[in-house]
Parts: sequence; structure tokens; C-alpha cells
Amino acid sequence: MTVAGSPAVTTNVGRPFLGGRRFSLDWVGAVPYLAYVGLFLILPSVIIGIGALLDANNAFTLDNFRNLSRSYVVKATIDTTVLSAITAFLGAVFGALLAYAIVTGSPNGILRRLTISASGVLAQFGGVTLAFAFIASIGPAGFVYLFAQAHGFDFYKQDLWLFEIPGLDLVYLYFQIPLMVLVFLPALDGIKPQWREAAESLGGNTWHYWRHVAGPLLFPAFLGSVLLLFANAFSAYATANALINQGQPVLAQQIAGALSSEVGAYEPGFAKAIAIEMIIIVTLVTVLYTLLQRRTARWL
Amino acid sequence: MNLGSFTRHLGLAVVAVFVVAACGNTGGGGAASCSAAKTAKSAADCGGMDALVKAAQAEGKLNVIALPRDWANYGAILDGFHAKYGIAITSDNPDGSSQQEVDAIKQLGSTSRGPDVVDVGMAVALANTNLFAPYKVATWGDVLDSQKEPTGLWIQDYGGFMSIGYDSSKVPEIKSIDDLFGSQFKGKVALNGNPKQANAALNGVMMANLAEGGSLDDVSKGVDFFKRLKVAGNFSKTQATTATVKNGTTPVVFDWDYLSAGHGKDVPTWKVFVPSNAILGGYYAQAVSKDAPHPAAARLWEEYLYSDEGQNLWLKGLARPVRQKAMTDKGTVDSVAAGKLPPVNGTPQFMSDAQSTAAKNYVVAHWDAAIA
Repeated sequence: MTVAGSPAVTTNVGRPFLGGRRFSLDWVGAVPYLAYVGLFLILPSVIIGIGALLDANNAFTLDNFRNLSRSYVVKATIDTTVLSAITAFLGAVFGALLAYAIVTGSPNGILRRLTISASGVLAQFGGVTLAFAFIASIGPAGFVYLFAQAHGFDFYKQDLWLFEIPGLDLVYLYFQIPLMVLVFLPALDGIKPQWREAAESLGGNTWHYWRHVAGPLLFPAFLGSVLLLFANAFSAYATANALINQGQPVLAQQIAGALSSEVGAYEPGFAKAIAIEMIIIVTLVTVLYTLLQRRTARWL
Repeated sequence: MNLGSFTRHLGLAVVAVFVVAACGNTGGGGAASCSAAKTAKSAADCGGMDALVKAAQAEGKLNVIALPRDWANYGAILDGFHAKYGIAITSDNPDGSSQQEVDAIKQLGSTSRGPDVVDVGMAVALANTNLFAPYKVATWGDVLDSQKEPTGLWIQDYGGFMSIGYDSSKVPEIKSIDDLFGSQFKGKVALNGNPKQANAALNGVMMANLAEGGSLDDVSKGVDFFKRLKVAGNFSKTQATTATVKNGTTPVVFDWDYLSAGHGKDVPTWKVFVPSNAILGGYYAQAVSKDAPHPAAARLWEEYLYSDEGQNLWLKGLARPVRQKAMTDKGTVDSVAAGKLPPVNGTPQFMSDAQSTAAKNYVVAHWDAAIA
């Protein structure tokens, strides 16, 4: 009776195919996205990851990762992370305040249009031009410094801090704040004045409104913006390099140092290991962000 | 591969035709034959200077590469050679780099577009000697042994010494490297680049090292010098560029003297100081391509560059020609042009390849921490 049994078996196997979701073609729509991510995100990461495991003779090695413990790389890691976190946080706070100030004004007012266009330009204003703008204005020979010095305010008396990490903090904020304005404005625009009126008509004060209505609505967008600003600062290279050439305080500079050298300090595998380190740090921050976002969604 | 060797052979054949023609031109001299221009290791191998000139003129052309007309007075040198010998010069990719010069030899070889001669940085010269033909110019003996490859594969041509350039209107006169610790130099001393990456900056650290009593073999005193300079608050971490010198951000800069002297155009009060106890030389090198499509013209070009005339033309471009000392002794140097360069008294030193590597390794490991 084996022959009789087989149709039943066939039916059982075939059923999910006919009735289930396996035939769904929904995923086809995601192919361009997946191909894009695969080509421009995953593939380069894999290539870098493999390169980081090879030595000069293309043999397998873990030395590149061991070398990440070199004191100057550890220091650059800490400095870059702290620098990115500080400028992301300050940029987000000041940018959000500025964006809020615009939103409360007239929607088609000159102030709003001016601030948005200026932010659009300044958010992209980085690199050598930005660094030199600061050098020429508040640098040790800049006209602002010379003016201040002549009037008894020598802000480089202790230290030439413009060419140290605090200088980077200041200069980075110059593009971090406008970027925050641009990315946070849509979220603020989504807050309807009627909600505030509703809160007030139900007897809530300003604190209640922010704590229970606007805050919970804006917080995820705010956190997301902080993350974007962090990544923006973390990957910046040209600005830092034009300002601080010695000591290479930023990780991206350490990669450049290991990749290109007239004097023969050429360690491509090590450069790739630093790149992997940067990818891991950004991934960690992203995971942290996701967890925090989930937690805040519940908590608020 | 086959095509490559075919073109190479074709190139050889073309050269052979030229060489035969050249020998035809020399007439019945017999001994004055230059059939061996491609392998000639000196003008004598070619039957003497006159025979070399005739052979080069028969070739009629010279290919040079990466020689900007405003760099070290090359414009006048190219014109001078052309006027003197009537040989047409093709100057390719004038703003190219040393690496691009040797790449052109590799890719174009003996084709009619291949470079005949190159003018390259030492790192590139040392790494590519297999592309060069040995040739010793008539004035070979004037050049220090440390500035040439013994068989003539390369020979240094012009360059300068590591120096401290400064704006005398902003800081006091510098007479010794230790003057830089003075309070008037606060935040004012910079390097031209990061010594982990830039050759000029690495030489700057080495120069400080020599001035502080260190040797070419051990750069640690140089790194320590900049560490102390940083602690004193006098070392600026920004890179010195023409812009930062011009606007006064970096009024004191470690750089090659011939480059530093150029800042005088923007800053009239710019002075250049070379410490007498730390004369560290950095030179470019000449080499003849072993595949030179115009082998006689290539060799004649070298003879011209190392003649008093060629050397003085470099000097007018603020570069120090390699025979400057010998010419000064003989009285054939252009003393007006020489007077425009910062004075140097003492014996120049040059980093060998091994010393340069050792210095680089030490700097890579210690620099960032030292000046943090």
C-alpha cells in the first residue's frame, strides 16, 4: 500500500507551499535596497575586515588587532569618542533650542527661512576651509585674538588650545548645531499647537505638557539626532587634520597615518584594523541607542 | 607581454638607426663612435664629449618629465639646454611626482614617449635602481660619496639643508635651537607636516636631534626636544603652510632652507637659520632611464646639469646644486645667487636609508605620546 500512501504525503508537503507565505514576493521590493546596502556597506566592511587580518605578505595575522593596544591608538580612541559625544550632545541641545525658537516664530518668516538656509550651508561647511576660517579669526594671529589681546583678554595665555582637543570641540560645533537644526526641525514641526491647547484645557501646565505630550513625542527624534551627530563627528577627518596636524588625536587621522607615508611608515592592515574598531564603536553606540529608545518608549 | 617586448625591440631598432646615423655624422673619425650610447657609463665611453654632443644632436630629441618651469629654475635650464645644443625637449607632466616619473619609465619604457631622465626624491631613487642606467658625468669627482651611487645609477643633483625659518618682526633672532624655548616663542614653533608621514617633518626632528647632540642613528633626542618644546607651550600642533606663514599663525617653521627662503615673497621679514652643529642635507637625485629612447641626449642632459652652467642655473632658483662647494673653491660659482641663500658653515650630514628607517620607526612609536 505504499502507492496509496504517497498522495497523502505529497499533499502534506505541498500544503504550506500552496497556502503559506513562502510564495510571497514582497521581498522583491527590498532587493534594490539590499543590493545597495550589500555593495556599499557590507562588502566594503568585509573587505576591510579581511584586510585587517592580513600582514604585509598577505598571510593571516592578528597583529593588526593587537597593535590597537598601542598607547597612541588607545588615546585617539578615547579622545575621538569623547570629542564626538561632547559635540553631539552640545550640538543637539543648542541645535534643538535654536530649532524650537524658529518653530515658535512665523512659519514663513524671514528668520526661519534665513536660519534654515544658513544651517543648510553651515552643516556642510567643514574641512580645511572651516579650519582656516577659525585660524584666521581666532587663531594666534587671527584678528579676533589680536583685538582681544590688545584689550587685555589673552585667551591663549595658558595654552594654545585651538590646536588641541578643545579647539576641535569648538570648531565641530560650528557644523554640528546647524545639522541638528536641519534634522530636528521636521520633528518639531510635527507638534501641533492644538495639543498644547488640549493639555491646557484639561488643566495641565507647561511642565505637564512637556513631560507627557511633547517630550515623549520628541525624545526618540532627539536621541536619533544625537546619534547622527555622534557619527558625523566620529567620522570627520579633514577639519581635524587641518587644525591639529601633530599627534593625530582623531582615529580617522591614525588611519591616514598608517595608510600614506612618505617616510615608509606604511601599515595598511593596521589601518584597516583601526577602521574595524571605528565600525564596532559606531555599532555599539547604535545598539545602545536602540535599547535606550525601546526603554524610553516604555518608560514615557 | 609580447606586444611590450615587440615595442621595446622596435624602440631599440629605432635607437639603432639613430645611432648609425649619428656615427655617420661623425664622419671618418673612426675612434669617435657612439654606437654604445645606451650602455655608455661616461662621455669617454661614447668617444668623448664632442662625440656625445653629435650623437645627441643626431637623436634630436629629449624627453623629460615632472619638471615644473618654476621649480628650482628648471624653465631656464630647459631653455638653456635647447639653445646650446638645438635639441628639442618634450617636457611631460610637469607637476608630476617622483613616483609618477618612475611609473612612466615602467609603462612607456623605450617607446618614443618614454622619459630619458628623471629627477626624483631619494626614497624613490633607492627603490627603483633597477630602472636606471649607470652613468658618471665629467664632474662626478666633485660630488661627495654619500651623495651618489658608486656605479652612477643615481647622483644627487640639488637640494638644501633643514632650517628654521622665522618672521624676524614677530620673534627675536634665532642663534641656536635652544633659543626656541624662550617665552617669546609661545605657541609659535611648527613643523612642515607630521613626522610620521612627511619627509620634511621627519628631517626637522632629526635636525633638532643633531643640534641637541644626538646622532643620525638615534633620533630620540629630537623627539625629546619637541616634547620639551610642547611642555614649554611653544610647539604649535597645526601644520605650517604658505597660508599659516603668510597670516602669522606659524611664525617659526622647521623646513628645507630652499623652500623656507621662498616665504620671503609673502613675508619680507622672513629669515632662515641653519644651526652650524646640525647641517642636515636633503637632496633630489638624477638618474638616466635604462630604456631611454634618446640615450645620448639623456647623457648629454646630465653633463649639462652638472656643468658649471647648469649648476649655477639651479642656484638661481634658490636650490643648492650638489657641486656648490667645489665650484665655490674653484671660484666658478654664481656668487650673487649664492648670496641669496641662508649662510651655512660646517659639514653637512645625510641620513642613509637605514638611518632614515630607524628614525621613522622610533618617531612612529613615540611621537604622538611625546607631544600629547
